[in-house]
Amino acid sequence: MQTFDLGKEGLRALNSALHALKGQTNMTDWEIINPRGAHAIAAGVDAPVDITVRGSTGYYCAGMNKQATIRIKGSAGPGVAENMMSGTVIVDGDASQYAGATGRGGLLVIKGNASSRCGISMKGIDIVVHGNIGHMSAFMAQSGNLVVLGNAGEALGDSLYEARIFVRGTVKSLGADCIEKEMRDEHYVILEELLRRGEADAKAKPEEFRRYGSARKLYNFNIDNASSY
Amino acid sequence: MCGIVGLFLKDPKLEPKLGEMLTDMLITMTDRGPDSAGIAIYSGAKDGLGKITIQSAHPEKDFKDLDGDLHDAIGQPVVMLVKSTHAVLEVPLAQIDAARSALAHLRPDVKVMSVGDCIEIFKEVGLPKDVAARFELSKMKGTHGIGHTRMATESAVTTMGAHPFSTGPDQCLVHNGSLSNHNGLRRELMRKGMTFETQNDTEVAAAYVSQKLKEGEDLGKALESGLEDLDGFYTFVVGTKNGFGVVRDPIACKPAVMAETDDYVAFGSEYRALVNLPGIENARVWEPEPATVYFWER
Repeated sequence: MQTFDLGKEGLRALNSALHALKGQTNMTDWEIINPRGAHAIAAGVDAPVDITVRGSTGYYCAGMNKQATIRIKGSAGPGVAENMMSGTVIVDGDASQYAGATGRGGLLVIKGNASSRCGISMKGIDIVVHGNIGHMSAFMAQSGNLVVLGNAGEALGDSLYEARIFVRGTVKSLGADCIEKEMRDEHYVILEELLRRGEADAKAKPEEFRRYGSARKLYNFNIDNASSY
Repeated sequence: MCGIVGLFLKDPKLEPKLGEMLTDMLITMTDRGPDSAGIAIYSGAKDGLGKITIQSAHPEKDFKDLDGDLHDAIGQPVVMLVKSTHAVLEVPLAQIDAARSALAHLRPDVKVMSVGDCIEIFKEVGLPKDVAARFELSKMKGTHGIGHTRMATESAVTTMGAHPFSTGPDQCLVHNGSLSNHNGLRRELMRKGMTFETQNDTEVAAAYVSQKLKEGEDLGKALESGLEDLDGFYTFVVGTKNGFGVVRDPIACKPAVMAETDDYVAFGSEYRALVNLPGIENARVWEPEPATVYFWER
């Protein structure tokens, strides 16, 4: 176990040490203490290591993550796991705005609530939120899955492409071109797996969710509208 | 980008440390706003006395014998405490308006930062740590206070463009964001008799809240009205003699974190600003909801 005191050694030293981990390494288990809301903690990691952050983080924690499993034992500031490529990020507390934004892969789990713009422009990431999500979540989301055990705020899935959204609670309002869709067998399978991986299978069952997706009216070019352009 | 910090104490035992706690929070927000900083602090209302905080670019000239000159003008004793470019004048409440008009006449270059029973405002251009040191902010006591670090976007980096803005007795407002309808609103407020010192958008928001309070709304209602009438991006933190309020616009892209314990309510643009507060590990920490008014009054 490598313990890194962020208060003593500083952010640049931390991220340099983490970025130096390439391919095979014996240093697979990291603990970061005294995060004190600092920005960009463990951003840009590209190695199959386990990192535990003991406290709350500021902007862009675990941004661009590849391969690593990063656990935040506190709450996360704006842009946690932004543009994640692969790996897993687990937030024990709440996440601020645009959690998992533009993420291309991997799994982001938020055990508390996520605020506005959760999963905005997501492109393949899976996000499991145990609590609620704020307004404009999954705006222009392209692919991947957003699973919400609680409620969703206003304008869910506005201008949605092909991401799937599963919500157990209420949806305050749907955004443009986002509609409720039927749950088919394949969706129960996907959801069961995501709930298990998102450490939420003891809290919720796939049958309790509704599915939302794109009506596909907004992003397909409609020849009848050609004269409008 | 700007940084906001605020602290509303519930436990009087913390009052001697208000300045110290707020200064630490303010300096943590330096990289959100390195060009100017300011603080409004509410402390020590004395029976029958009010405070006028003033500022001058030439304090040695403007503040020289000002207490005596004001005494002569209003016929009552005036106590002056000079702190760098600012001075706090203690004036009998009944003579506050007379003192203000005398001031405009005696020292036309002096700017009034705040007026009230217990508010004092100190603000200047420069790094927050330098501004804090210049006014010895960490030594100040009080019941509640609001600080701001500014990264200017829509008006000049000047002392008067720094926050907090005070446009009514014991009132102040700080802002992270930018308003888009402030010019029209300023004209409307001017027709209602409000006066403005700057071209700054935040001053309009402050004056708007002051106008609503003057029309009889309480702080919570005034901020609710603002959600209808103020267009743009904002996280506001507002102070009154007994109160402390927070509101974010419906889009809520300007960050905000709050913490509450039995001893205090704290606001920070980021969680970093709150990490040194006593008992923060066990505080209720949350992000204020969009278009939702939060306020505390004692």
